[in-house]
Amino acid sequence: MTSRTAHRRKGLSLTQREAIWAYVFLALPLFFFLAVRFWPAIQSFRLSLYTWHVDPARRTFIGLDYYREMFASPVFHQALKNTLLYAVVTVPASIALGLAVALLLQSITWGRGLFRAIYFAPYITPAVGIAWVWGWMYNQNFGLFNRLILAWWDFAERIGAEWLIIQPQAFLRNPSTALYAVAAVVVWQQLGFQVVIFLAGLQGISRSYYEAAMIDGANRWQIFRHITLPLLNPVMVFAVIITTINVLQLFDQIVNINFTDQGGPLNRTLSLALYMFNEAFGRARVGYAAAITVVLFLMILIITLIQLRITQRRVEY
Amino acid sequence: MVVTPSRVIPVEKAERRPRRRRAHWTQVAAYVLLALGAVLMLFPFVWMLLSSFKEAREVLSPGFWPKQMTLVNYIEVITRTSFPRWFLNSLIVATATTASVLFLCSMVGYVLARLRFPGRTLIFVLILSTLMIPTEMLVIPWYVISSRFGWINTYWGLIFPGLIPGFGVFLMRQFFQTLPGDLFDAARIDGVSEPGLFFRIGLPLVGPGLAALGIFSFIGNWNAYLWPLIAGQSPSMRTVPVGISLFSGEAGAAWHLIMAASSLAIIPVLLVFVLLQRQIIEGVVLTGLKG
Repeated sequence: MTSRTAHRRKGLSLTQREAIWAYVFLALPLFFFLAVRFWPAIQSFRLSLYTWHVDPARRTFIGLDYYREMFASPVFHQALKNTLLYAVVTVPASIALGLAVALLLQSITWGRGLFRAIYFAPYITPAVGIAWVWGWMYNQNFGLFNRLILAWWDFAERIGAEWLIIQPQAFLRNPSTALYAVAAVVVWQQLGFQVVIFLAGLQGISRSYYEAAMIDGANRWQIFRHITLPLLNPVMVFAVIITTINVLQLFDQIVNINFTDQGGPLNRTLSLALYMFNEAFGRARVGYAAAITVVLFLMILIITLIQLRITQRRVEY
Repeated sequence: MVVTPSRVIPVEKAERRPRRRRAHWTQVAAYVLLALGAVLMLFPFVWMLLSSFKEAREVLSPGFWPKQMTLVNYIEVITRTSFPRWFLNSLIVATATTASVLFLCSMVGYVLARLRFPGRTLIFVLILSTLMIPTEMLVIPWYVISSRFGWINTYWGLIFPGLIPGFGVFLMRQFFQTLPGDLFDAARIDGVSEPGLFFRIGLPLVGPGLAALGIFSFIGNWNAYLWPLIAGQSPSMRTVPVGISLFSGEAGAAWHLIMAASSLAIIPVLLVFVLLQRQIIEGVVLTGLKG
């Protein structure tokens, strides 16, 4: 109690002191959040409404002209379509595979940690290096996949089964396969995250539910469908949202997997992030690039709001 | 589901033996599937390493194993590029950022979790809302600021955007909230100062949170590409990913060199992962399920 009277003497109550210290601690961090997060975000909105000039005084207000140009541009449409397609392909694929691996891992008794580490390793390795390795495996002439296809061809010929022959593929140079080739890399890299998240989710489900269901005579599928899936729902929503937001910002892999034709062929792998980068730093069309990022921001905002909607409507089982 | 006891008991009895045998077979099937998957997960790394040890001509020949293991590619990448410098740059950037993240995120997390003051919820919501802003939206203004202040191709320019990530604040707040409030009240009555409450009482108790956040921050900054590509293009200021990417771009079809370069980018992270595997995976669960 001596400390309290001491503060009284200075004219400050304990709660006032606490509040003052809170603001002292927060001053610098708050300045950071305002200067390095909020102000630049607002600045991007502003930049998208002006023509670009290094000197702010010489920028001219043009309203929504960049947005009009953007929505009329076939390249933007392609990039938007690709970005959504990346999400539509990689999110369900990585979730389904991740859940399958997590269920398998849960059913084994020995080596769970080792397998989990193997599946998780790609997730933390730099996407830049990964993309070059996959680009080499996809290589049209000497890549691993085409070597396997040619070996299979030889085998099929030798056993006289010509109908089994597969043609070598130009995975990354064929406009109709390039996006899926990149998406496969993304799935390979994201899978481990889903495995770890789902495994933790599965371990959080009480054994008593399963025991009760077994006593009731439920089979494996019924247990999965009516117990595991519903109880895993919050984890699933989280995994879907996080993965979607990550994939919408896809950049490192696309730049590096096909370095000489980034976003190609025919813009078929171009993402919104790469489109923004090229416009801003390749062509110095800063205002236009800012408008692209505003669209990206709005997409992420909508997804986050949907997430809040779903997770706040908690369902009890 | 309503089940009468008369039905349950015989079923249990009758199935006891076959079920055990079935469990045995499902285990075998699970191991086979998991092993196949593990091969697919590991193969790109194996193929990268095998290719990186092959000589220029051999890398294009159909063989699988290198006829003669050679380190020539690594020596060429390291001597022809400034790889040691890039490695140092990445080390400086990742270490400095992580130090700042650990200190500032835990401080803000502590204040938001443990101190009572007007505007606490508002500040927390503001910080949380920055998680929705994609980096792509920020890099253009960051670049404009950095060019005006001459931060391009400097360590400060590479570091400043990552000093306090919102998710780190959120994570540390969660950790500080789990600590008992009585602890802080008692220490306060004993005359511990407010900074002392944070440094001497709070911080030592959130070790696991700091470990998870530190590892994540380090790996994330080590792997970062978009902002370092914009802010650090001069050969001496590249980080490992930027350097490897631009070098490989110049190497054209010299896949033996590109694979050696990719290995140099990937192997340090894989080594760290092998050493800190437990903490990293627990960190994902913590950041994932708590965040």
